[in-house]
Amino acid sequence: MGQEKVVGKPMLRKEGVAKVRGRARYIDDLTMPGMLHGATVRSCIARGKILGIEFDDGIAWDQFVIVTATDIPGINEIAMINHDWPCLAAEIVNHPEEPIVLLAHPDRHMLPKAVAAVRILYEEWPAVFSIEESEQCDPVVWGEDNVFKSYLMEKGDVDTVWAQADRIVEGEYTTGAQEHLYFENNGAIATYSMEDGLTVWGSMQCPFYVHKSLVKMTGLAEEKVRIIQAETGGAFGGKEDYPSMIGAHAALLAMKSGRPVKLVYDRAEDMAATTKRHPSRIRHRTAVTRDGKLLGAEIEIALDGGAYSTLSSTVLSRSTIHAGGPYFWPNIRIRSKAFATNHPPYGAFRGFGAPQSLFAMERHMDHIAELLGMAPDELRRRNLLRPGQTTTTGQKIDEDIDLEHLMARAMAESDYETKRERFARENAAPGMKKKGIGLAAFLHGAGFTGSGERYLNSLVAVDATAEGKARVLVSSTEFGQGTNTILCQIAAETLGIDYDAVEMGPPDTSVVPNSGPTVASRTSMVVGKLVHSAALGLKKTLAASELLPWEGYTTDEFVAAVRTYIARYGILRAESHYEPPPGVLWDDEHYRGEAYAAYAWAVYVAEVTVDLTTWGVTVDDFVAVQEVGRVLNPVLATGQIEGGVAQGIGWALYEKVMWNRGRMENNQMTNYIIPTSQDIPPIRVFFEERPFGHGAYGAKGIGELPMDGPAPAILNAIAHATGKQFDCVPLLPEDMLRQTRVPQPEREVVAL
Amino acid sequence: MTEYLLRVNGTPYKVVTHPMARLLDVLRNELQLTGTKEGCGEGECGACNVLMNGELVNSCLIPVAQADGAEIGTVEGLGDDERLHAVQQAFLECGGAQCGMCTPGMLVASAHLLGKNPKPDLLAIREGLNGNLCRCTGYMRIFEAVERAVSGVNEVGG
Repeated sequence: MGQEKVVGKPMLRKEGVAKVRGRARYIDDLTMPGMLHGATVRSCIARGKILGIEFDDGIAWDQFVIVTATDIPGINEIAMINHDWPCLAAEIVNHPEEPIVLLAHPDRHMLPKAVAAVRILYEEWPAVFSIEESEQCDPVVWGEDNVFKSYLMEKGDVDTVWAQADRIVEGEYTTGAQEHLYFENNGAIATYSMEDGLTVWGSMQCPFYVHKSLVKMTGLAEEKVRIIQAETGGAFGGKEDYPSMIGAHAALLAMKSGRPVKLVYDRAEDMAATTKRHPSRIRHRTAVTRDGKLLGAEIEIALDGGAYSTLSSTVLSRSTIHAGGPYFWPNIRIRSKAFATNHPPYGAFRGFGAPQSLFAMERHMDHIAELLGMAPDELRRRNLLRPGQTTTTGQKIDEDIDLEHLMARAMAESDYETKRERFARENAAPGMKKKGIGLAAFLHGAGFTGSGERYLNSLVAVDATAEGKARVLVSSTEFGQGTNTILCQIAAETLGIDYDAVEMGPPDTSVVPNSGPTVASRTSMVVGKLVHSAALGLKKTLAASELLPWEGYTTDEFVAAVRTYIARYGILRAESHYEPPPGVLWDDEHYRGEAYAAYAWAVYVAEVTVDLTTWGVTVDDFVAVQEVGRVLNPVLATGQIEGGVAQGIGWALYEKVMWNRGRMENNQMTNYIIPTSQDIPPIRVFFEERPFGHGAYGAKGIGELPMDGPAPAILNAIAHATGKQFDCVPLLPEDMLRQTRVPQPEREVVAL
Repeated sequence: MTEYLLRVNGTPYKVVTHPMARLLDVLRNELQLTGTKEGCGEGECGACNVLMNGELVNSCLIPVAQADGAEIGTVEGLGDDERLHAVQQAFLECGGAQCGMCTPGMLVASAHLLGKNPKPDLLAIREGLNGNLCRCTGYMRIFEAVERAVSGVNEVGG
């Protein structure tokens, strides 16, 4: 570390000039000759049988392209883990806003009236709208028992710990749905002809997911389906699954009409119909000694998965593995279930289940500390994982971590101890404004869980252009987080050339190899490492050709050598396949072993003011200290953390999805509130850099981590300020008012 | 259908359209100036911010009839091929643009803020940009970019 010229430097965003000049082309900025505009007719009930579809008079229906489930040439399914998510509802609807009929017309202004004139006749069936209703199976709305997936994870023998405990502490924690609110709504354009097959451009994270899904839905040969990512305006997980749906819809309209079709949602449709973060209910029961040693715990996780299973099983998996937080548990049992309800399906959202379980763990730690009369930092300090210890899955900590130091630094940067003492003293005095400071310690696993990266078996290529530039070929996409920039930095560093001499290949499934989906904080660590090996391969090829020495050349000499090589041999290209780091073994049946190749670690501190007149909470200061391995680009990395913290603040204090029989009622930016420039405190970001041996130049994952810590840190600070315990997010003033009016539950069941 | 005259980034345009057509749609669809983005369609987010006769407006809320004869400034009018505007350069260097969707409106609003108040402090920047939502950055990089544009580190463009 330290010798690099490009990695670790604040290189400018590759597509940055296009973005600041307004020249980046997003899906709604693209148009094609003869293009039609599409629209979707959706279910207005939560659950029931479709009895018929009627088309009202007064619309020139012969001018419209009309698609229903009967027009689907292949399988009526969006390809996910299970096979339950229809592309278009055929006989039964399972949630409000479920797509049933597609329309297209040359004039988009004709569409809203036509959508309103399609009448769906239903036989309405009873539905379930909460975890509690779903677990009672009244009625069963999915499978035999409304359970999408369940896990049981055990370490040690938790049944023996209760008798040894000085205290047993119980708690229940709930979290709400969260809307991604990426600024660019979902959208796709499709073209189709017999000769060229199907091409879909879209706003998306994972072009090969869309490819797989559309091959299945259309029945076309793999090579007849081509997916191209347009510039993508934010995603946060919300464009992992849903682009396969809207892409399929645009494709069906294009195949039926033989003309290009654009299908772009407006904000209201995107918010009401697309996926959100899973709501959760998590129960903790912990055995602890009077000096704060955690002896064991039982944790019970329940997620609301919505009407179809989509990605819920993997979200639940990450919830389960992260549920014990960054602590050493000699004994633990975690049971988890994802339940079906008749909400629109929940999906991937930054953090992927971990924010829910870490919120519960970190609120629970403050409860335990309070009952023991111990400082929250001291309780954590006595239980933080150390090198050589094992995680809840039995994974031995091989990395040289120092979580105590992370916490000490976060406390020092935030002046935690002084403020904790001062606020407590000042809050005792009369006055309606109370201040508090709270912290949260957490971890986030990088890459796919367990054997996931082995199954993905990602492939990356680096080739060279006729102009002599190196080119990175991956299906890993840019949607604001910085993929283009960091992967070019890694290639430039490895090749020993200027950053400007490397470019990104087009995100087009007919051009790039499948480097896996752009999810799970895997791009820097996993894909970056593959770019590094592929670039090394290219360098070796050039050296073997004797057109360039192994070292000691300029960028101009590299460019000249590449040009000569291409003129002489045609193609200069090297590939690299994923190889797991040694010792990464995972038992999928018992959920034991190396859950992740590496973890990012963090301690966040929030300082708040609570106005007891209005119950308004302002976050006054926020300190985020983390260890994410090597920081590849300090400006982009800092931006990732700050943006994640802001989303976490939103999830904690502002963002509340209001449901009415499964339908989001506040599907507008006017009444679904995200933080503004005046709501966000100074977010002070600090990195401890400990390079990870198996990531690109030492990098681990970073993108999801900052979503995990803000909510518990803020609620811990609110408890410090008010002396009242709130255990749910989002926590709006009306929620605080309501909860302070009812007596709070007794947490401690046993005090021996 | 009615004829309207607009001057956009100094260039005169004649548009024949419905009087209630949104200025946003006229810019994007009639004039192919797609730099201006739609975020919410209801004046909440500022992604569609443009200048109309020097005032900052949400172009999704302006019927074209109201903009007849007006001078319109969009993100495409900031800087040129030779040189970025100071706020564009600062956003690029400070990481003020991530996904890029709020960026055009955020840049127009920032340039407008600096036009009215050449030396805003952090409080004034926070207040000046409170009509522009961003989901990616948490605003810190944006504040830093505007401060850098103010500080004259980049005495370029205009």
